[in-house]
Amino acid sequence: MDLMSREGLERHDYDVVVVGAGGAGLRAAIEASAAGAHTALICKSLLGKAHTVMAEGGIAAALGNVWAEDNWRVHFRDTMRGGKLLNNWRMAQLHAQEAPDRVLELEEWGALFDRTKDGLILQRDFGGHRYARLAHVGDRTGLEMIRTLQQHAVHKGIDVYMECTLQRLLTDGGKIAGAFGYWRESGKFVLFGARAVVLATGGVGKAWKVTSNSWEYTGDGIAMALDAGADLIDMEMVQFHPTAMVWPLSVRGILVTEGVRGDGGTLKNSQGKRFMFDYIPEFFRADTADSEREADAWYEDKRNNRRTPDLLPRDEVARAINTEVKAGRGTPHGGVYLDIASRRPADYIKKRLPSMYHQFKELADVDITTTPMEVGPTLHYIMGGVRVDAETAASTVPGLYAAGEVAAGMHGANRLGGNSLSDLLVFGRRAGAAAAAYAGGAVAGTVDDAQVEQAARTMLAPFEAEGGENPYALHAELQECMQDLVGIIRREDELKQAIAKLDELSGRLERVTVEGNRQFNPGWHLALDLHSMFTVAKACARSALMRTESRGGHTREDYPKADPEWGKKNVVTRKHGGTLELGAEPLPQPPEELRQLVLSEEKQPA
Amino acid sequence: MSDEPREATMSVWRGTKSGGRFETYTVPSDEGMVVLDVIHRIQALRAPDLAVRWNCKAGKCGSCSAEINGHAALMCMTRMNTFAPGEEITVSPMKTFPIIKDLVTDVSFNYAKAREIPSFTPDPSVKPGEFRMQQVDVNRSQEFRKCIECFLCQNTCHVIRDHEENKKAFSGPRFFVRLAALEMHPLDTNDRLELIRQKAGLGFCNITKCCTEVCPEDIHITDNAIIPLKERIVTEFYDPLAWVKRRIMGETPTRVGKGEPEPPSAKV
Repeated sequence: MDLMSREGLERHDYDVVVVGAGGAGLRAAIEASAAGAHTALICKSLLGKAHTVMAEGGIAAALGNVWAEDNWRVHFRDTMRGGKLLNNWRMAQLHAQEAPDRVLELEEWGALFDRTKDGLILQRDFGGHRYARLAHVGDRTGLEMIRTLQQHAVHKGIDVYMECTLQRLLTDGGKIAGAFGYWRESGKFVLFGARAVVLATGGVGKAWKVTSNSWEYTGDGIAMALDAGADLIDMEMVQFHPTAMVWPLSVRGILVTEGVRGDGGTLKNSQGKRFMFDYIPEFFRADTADSEREADAWYEDKRNNRRTPDLLPRDEVARAINTEVKAGRGTPHGGVYLDIASRRPADYIKKRLPSMYHQFKELADVDITTTPMEVGPTLHYIMGGVRVDAETAASTVPGLYAAGEVAAGMHGANRLGGNSLSDLLVFGRRAGAAAAAYAGGAVAGTVDDAQVEQAARTMLAPFEAEGGENPYALHAELQECMQDLVGIIRREDELKQAIAKLDELSGRLERVTVEGNRQFNPGWHLALDLHSMFTVAKACARSALMRTESRGGHTREDYPKADPEWGKKNVVTRKHGGTLELGAEPLPQPPEELRQLVLSEEKQPA
Repeated sequence: MSDEPREATMSVWRGTKSGGRFETYTVPSDEGMVVLDVIHRIQALRAPDLAVRWNCKAGKCGSCSAEINGHAALMCMTRMNTFAPGEEITVSPMKTFPIIKDLVTDVSFNYAKAREIPSFTPDPSVKPGEFRMQQVDVNRSQEFRKCIECFLCQNTCHVIRDHEENKKAFSGPRFFVRLAALEMHPLDTNDRLELIRQKAGLGFCNITKCCTEVCPEDIHITDNAIIPLKERIVTEFYDPLAWVKRRIMGETPTRVGKGEPEPPSAKV
């Protein structure tokens, strides 16, 4: 008798199944449900604990509340330039155009953003943004966003499945037919029949050692999409956020919001020098202040001054910190100083950055109103992921949609801070609408019992394997490998070493063994998550080897310059017959008017 | 800091709803560790199936609530150097909620209570983008919206901690904070006072402030949320002058209708 009939399989059927309950998943579910689709929302954690909750600085949207000069064109230009022009231009355009409406919609659903004197939504400065653009609530914007969406969604007739991990997408003749996974609490399997699936599963930070990401960030959605036949693009493009805690060791990698610099903080090396002035690239020279006087004046007067280099895009700042530390100008714990204490009053810091104040006080015994923070880069985000259509968020597999970090294209080679939360809302909504429309016209596919049976056997294998490989130890080795060999600065020999190491480690993954039973067993959960992490890590390392140039989040020591030819190409990853196949394909080019907008030099200060 | 011990000894509750016991583990420890780091090290080295919830490890998601030496706290925000060197530390699951396994409890009570609260409802004539609110008017609700739903206040509240039978008619401090956030939202038009008085059971609270003491977000739950709500209830339902006025004017205090909860739909 087969496994499934022995166990008695729990099954639910829906029009639309949304996987992941962060900002994108919640927004997609709300939209799909509003369109009349019978909708399920499935999440690995409890509702409201998704990674969105950790977002700090704000939501980028050209509301023009603080600087009336701001509009979608400026936001679009900033996003494209921040992404080193590798963005899907149409996604960047839709995002810039629709973000303001999505933010106002949150307010209509009960969000309480910080206010301007006129009673409007206040906006703050952030890296790479021409104007103060981030709607925010102190430094806990993600919490505000997820609570607002969560509290709105629970009254909309959406079925929520919490602590339920999906492992496979099921297809029928190449189209989506459902998804298969397990309840974390009981370890029992669960099958969802679905006409359409929206992936909103986030990224894969847990494949690196120093990361701001939580345990959930294991690349499940990216791996499931690839296995189901979807294209991935730009998998070499990962973002190291320049500022995270570096000490004590146990908190290394925990995020320090860009809002610290947005609100006046500056980076200094051990000699007390504001070193970012030494790292202004040609590409941003015309937009960037070249003296401390101009940089400091810019906070108050953007018409007559250019942006401080402390707020260059994240890839530039992370590389600069990396270089300073390597050159011996770092702090005792291997970071640089981030100083807001000497630049802003204590009350202002506590009001604007309450959770940073709390975090350093509680975890490092540092009072940020009197003492500079020690910070260094942390793996924060992956720009690459599932290739999607800009208008509908549809992947290359019929019935499969992707929104948020799991999707690629929007941010090109580097994401600007604040553009993630707006991305979740804009494309979450689009994905939910498109999935519901597709489901309305689709015939339900047939779930193939063989696919389910095979997935179930693979998932239970760690209980029967006798290889004795410990999942925690294997995970630590994966993290070391990605951290050391596929980090901020990459080289051909190290990438080849990484690929060989990943092959060896994934061979050992076949022999991973878990103790105990299926009930809430973190060792087993990790063993299953490792499959996704390895798949995504391999795609990342191989894409990084293929792209022989430096651009955004991908820096090659052996190819230090951007190559105009590579600037017109995406690296595409597919799975064929169980093996990864990579290729370079043309990047869609924007219409001439938008191209000119992106390439134009900013007006010089008078 | 540098003279922190190199080993940590922790007594962790292991078991399921059918029973369990404390197991003691000793693992290597490093400078700056928090209780959750030690739990992770126990998983990696000694007990791979030790069940624990966590996400952000930075005090922002409220997943890793537990009782540490009997005190309700987040494991990720409890530094090991707050204990005496070499002290054996006890970690047990939250007591108010049913055990699932080890440190993981069934907190679905909270999600059920959340669904009973009608959502924010602005004046329909005010369109998105037309909202105007002053910072001073949103400060109070913003304090309540800092809540990370760790449920430590629920766990500590003696109304339900020691009285399972009260859970049916009592929402708990977390949801008084949520109700206060809505009641004090400058643009909300819904009326939830009847819900607060009856179904949420505000009257059970006798303001011992245990919830305020354990709040990792330092929300002044009792002073800023519960007491003002109690005052509103008193004014609305029990003010003798208002009662006389209503008798004379023929008004009724009934406020139900808009405040009725929508039916639950989530599977948790």
